[in-house]
Amino acid sequence: METVLAFVIGGLYAAGLYMLMRRSIVKLIIGLALLSQAANLLVFTLGRLVRGSPPLIPTDASTLTGSFADPVPQALILTAIVIGFGVQAFTIVLVKRAYQTVGTDDLDDMRSTDLNP
Amino acid sequence: MGIWLILPLLIPFLSAVLALLAWGRRPFQRVMGVLGAAGLLGAGGMLLGSVWRDGVQTLQVGNWPAPFGITLYADLFSAVMVVLAGLIGLAVAVYSLENIDPDREQFGYYPLFHILLMGVCGAFLTGDIFNLYVWFEVMLIASFVLMVLGGERTQLEGGIKYVTLNLMASALFLAAVGILYGVTGALNMADAAYRLKEVGRPGLVTALAMMFLVAFGIKAAVFPLFFWLPASYHTPPVAISALFSGLLTKVGVYALIRVFTRLFVQDVGYTHTLILVIAGLTMVTGVLGAVAQTEVRRLLSFHIVSQIGYLLMGLGLFTPTALAAAVFFMAHVVLAKAALFLVGGIAYRLRETYDLKKLGGLYRSHPGLAVLFLLPALSLAGLPPLSGFFAKLALVWAGLETGQFAIVAAALGVSLLTLFSMMKIWNEAFWKPSGEDDPLPARKVSPTLWLPAAGLAVLTILIGLAAGPLFVLSMRAAEQLLGM
Repeated sequence: METVLAFVIGGLYAAGLYMLMRRSIVKLIIGLALLSQAANLLVFTLGRLVRGSPPLIPTDASTLTGSFADPVPQALILTAIVIGFGVQAFTIVLVKRAYQTVGTDDLDDMRSTDLNP
Repeated sequence: MGIWLILPLLIPFLSAVLALLAWGRRPFQRVMGVLGAAGLLGAGGMLLGSVWRDGVQTLQVGNWPAPFGITLYADLFSAVMVVLAGLIGLAVAVYSLENIDPDREQFGYYPLFHILLMGVCGAFLTGDIFNLYVWFEVMLIASFVLMVLGGERTQLEGGIKYVTLNLMASALFLAAVGILYGVTGALNMADAAYRLKEVGRPGLVTALAMMFLVAFGIKAAVFPLFFWLPASYHTPPVAISALFSGLLTKVGVYALIRVFTRLFVQDVGYTHTLILVIAGLTMVTGVLGAVAQTEVRRLLSFHIVSQIGYLLMGLGLFTPTALAAAVFFMAHVVLAKAALFLVGGIAYRLRETYDLKKLGGLYRSHPGLAVLFLLPALSLAGLPPLSGFFAKLALVWAGLETGQFAIVAAALGVSLLTLFSMMKIWNEAFWKPSGEDDPLPARKVSPTLWLPAAGLAVLTILIGLAAGPLFVLSMRAAEQLLGM
């Protein structure tokens, strides 16, 4: 399972970076979204993938034994997803406003901040 | 004890909430903006005093024991940073009263301002690496909105570049935190540092260190990752530029210093030499970029990049003296840089342009403003007896001690170019006669604009005069950073 996920994560990173390098600002958003999902999956995978053993201590024991699913990475991803959601909502609005104001969706035409007056 | 640790987070939070509740009531929000920032400065001062007397302070949030819960942690370095955030916050809050137009105030400038300060202070005070990520995001989201608040064309274009690069850095940071957790099973920085020593896979640890270096490097705007900064920092109103220049990139540097003094000290020969090389290149490219500019705010933005190089030089040399010099330099550059932006904003108010070619005659019409510019400008270049001289002296001294002559030469050369570039602003904006035939009407500058700039300028003199005691403080901070 780890191997499959490793390829999925790699694919997501590659696709995300490819989209970021396109000129359209819409593809820029997609690229950023893919990149943050790739990071989330990476954190998830690094918490070790364990199936069907929740981190619950049995009534007759005082510590966990054997392999168990680590809840911490999942808590981290939950936080990261919420943050990512808010940030993406903002980015989409920003891109829409930029499109309306500048009148183009081509990043190469958005150069007025780089030029001397 | 713990109260001083939590107050720098609580005061901006409450100010933001109160300002939000008073949505649309501008007079109340304006008062709240200044009061909240003053409260933050007071709390920061008390925190610094308490850390100075009693040593490092920690607070376990929610009373969860140390490696499991989130730890708030303040040593002298973080306390100094919180005080600096309070100073910049107060200066910019007062300056905003005049500089920020009613429309921007109406659309939540003050709540965002305080949320930004909360994020910055949170990043300075947390002892948990994932919590650091969260505070970074709090700070980023507030800064995104502040950057584009007003919706002018340049703001939106600059905003897209700023947002994209910072989100990429965040994704990288998150991935690095995940890998750190996978390798060590720890998120608490002290715990992770302890466990990293026992991992015993130097290649993996160094690769992880490089991920943190790139992620924080983008946020700190180091070579070759700084291009978003001069493309975006000059677009919002100057009060916001001053706030960003004083605090945001410095949070990136703070995180770099934190991570590379506590977590990644296994292979200093590789990682810290690399940081030293980056420091030299950052200084040189930043100042060369600045020399070519004729727009005041863009010129100052390139200087931000250049000064980041000096801070990294202190980290790269990695001796107690060098780190103390970095802490000292941080205090100096935060104040001097913000003061320069504030003065630039006053010049704009008087002449309605940031273009050096069109500015002129300001010395004749406003000699006081000229002095206000000269103090931080000469301090940035490193002339005695101002703060920058002692900061650079300490860095150069540390470089000579370790025999890193190349970086010392770069630092001195860049100082000269900084002086040149500051003198360019002086000549063009202040000294040369005004372009127009009839002298411009001598407009009065409101005290809410010049008082914050004057306060920061006076502080750069005071730091220079009290360099001895302050260096003792920086030295103690450096020893705490290195765990001595």
